[in-house]
Amino acid sequence: MAVDVRLTGLTKRYGDFTAVDAIDLEVRQGEFFTMLGPSGSGKTTTLKMIAGFERPDAGTVELGGEDVSGLAPYARSVNTVFQDYALFPHMSVEENIEYGLTITKVPKAERVKRRAEALEMVRLEGHGNRKPSELSGGQRQRVALARAIVNRPRVLLLDEPLGALDLKLREQMQVELKQIQGEVGITFIYVTHDQDEALTMSDRIAVFNEGRIEQASSPRDLYEHPANEFVAGFVGISNAIERDGRKLTIRPEKIRIVRDGIPADGLITETGKVTEIAYVGMVTRVKVDLDKGGSVQAAVQNTESEAEPGGRVGEEVVVGWRPEHAVSIQGETSKSVQPEERET
Amino acid sequence: MTFTPLTKTMLRIAVGITLAFIYIPLLIILLYSLNPSQVLGWPPEGFTLSWFPEAIKDDGAREALLNSLKVATVATAIALVLGTLAALAVSRHRFFGRDSVSFLVLIPIALPGIVTGIALNATFTQVMGIDLTLWTVIIAHATFCVVLVFNNAAARLRRMSTSLEDASADLGATPWTTFRRVTIPNMRSALVAGGLLAFALSFDEIVVTNFTIGAGEKTLPVWIFEVLFRPNQPGKVYAVAVIAILLSMIPVYIANRMTREESTTATGAGVAAPAIAEP
Repeated sequence: MAVDVRLTGLTKRYGDFTAVDAIDLEVRQGEFFTMLGPSGSGKTTTLKMIAGFERPDAGTVELGGEDVSGLAPYARSVNTVFQDYALFPHMSVEENIEYGLTITKVPKAERVKRRAEALEMVRLEGHGNRKPSELSGGQRQRVALARAIVNRPRVLLLDEPLGALDLKLREQMQVELKQIQGEVGITFIYVTHDQDEALTMSDRIAVFNEGRIEQASSPRDLYEHPANEFVAGFVGISNAIERDGRKLTIRPEKIRIVRDGIPADGLITETGKVTEIAYVGMVTRVKVDLDKGGSVQAAVQNTESEAEPGGRVGEEVVVGWRPEHAVSIQGETSKSVQPEERET
Repeated sequence: MTFTPLTKTMLRIAVGITLAFIYIPLLIILLYSLNPSQVLGWPPEGFTLSWFPEAIKDDGAREALLNSLKVATVATAIALVLGTLAALAVSRHRFFGRDSVSFLVLIPIALPGIVTGIALNATFTQVMGIDLTLWTVIIAHATFCVVLVFNNAAARLRRMSTSLEDASADLGATPWTTFRRVTIPNMRSALVAGGLLAFALSFDEIVVTNFTIGAGEKTLPVWIFEVLFRPNQPGKVYAVAVIAILLSMIPVYIANRMTREESTTATGAGVAAPAIAEP
């Protein structure tokens, strides 16, 4: 497939701080590509360099094979959905959406048609004459999306566009965004620090850390075969243990608590002691300190409404996993940095 | 916030006293302008409207009023252009000495008028060797008018997210188009407020004006000051003052309307409307 965006050796420094450190990246045409990482990992700076708001200190940005590194934002065929939406407060919804079209001198009839299409796409028909201040957060978000997409850019950049919405609305917008992207077929580059969002929406994900890309692959690949401990820890919950000089990671849902009546055939089993139990609705998280060293967290499905599906704290248990689910990983990161403490 | 009945009453009294202090003297001016007496004195001796036609017919007063309007308009226009540009430079670009510039721009408003007057007088007449005219008054007024516009514009720009301008550029607009279609419309009420203050300040300025105005030329404050204590026609001067009050209410009313409209549409940024008491 054709490459829409190619970053080569892209670097941005602020004084002594290297925000983006010589990254190489290719985004294919029509892809929903997510840049995922903790704050300060360089994902937003990279996005700004693609949009043209920041100039790279080294390296190039290519759009559709053309080097645009030196071009101003207004000379690039990309549009951005901003984190704070950046709707023009003195213009109506319609005027906001039409703004880009009036700049490029699209004829009036065509403009009206595309504006109507865009409003329909984001389901805001009948809101065209309102001012942004009269809209809810979710509606503003949609106007921002319509204002960008109506220009039919080569690439649409989205900078944590759902960050300000509450959870329900965010989940709904995730589905809508993905759907809209399928309809218009524009390449989306999406920045987020939310791993669930990234896994839900993306064709491919690049995990950023300290200005570098740790891994770029499909959500499944990223989750099942994390390249290193940082990726394993940032995307999902990681159970990193060391056995025979090798670092392994096993996802919590792949770990079973072996009891009487549950066959342990083909499983690698270890003994340990339960140290923590947390009921979280769909699953119960059970933390087990292994006798061979290290600890793992198992996610036990609450298929029965028994009182203590994972046992009791202090209980001696046997845990098991299939050998192929213990994924061999490299050191912590390419830079050997402790992943950020994250809530589970 | 809720008030006890006692606090409410006291607040009402305070507001009443404040308004009385502002408006009773204005009322006295009105009474004087209706006083047929040839000498200044209290209480008025009768009632006449004849000072008003006389005031309107008076060439000196008319010319002075026209001069004042000219000076205030041109000085405000200069201040709007320079003040806006300075505010943009200081709040949208990083350059060496930026903080010093934003401080230095503010100084003229704090300087005593007499100092500004002497300094400009010396500069115009001795250093530059040019004749004092209305234009020297305009330049002198512009020095402090710029401050008011700059202050209002800079405060607005500080609150205005730069992502608006980024979004405009992102949608294909050149910097000039962005300035015209996004930056200026969002600064409008701040510029109205700043411009109005600048106009008002210039309109009644007398100290700096005295040092920079050409011989024989008069602005309205200069004319009133000169004519007021001459014997014979005090009522005419007061009639001129009443007309000036009425005229000055027009821009205040317009500004009030404009900023109120905008405050319902501007998001986030509280609109710096000029403090206008509603009588």
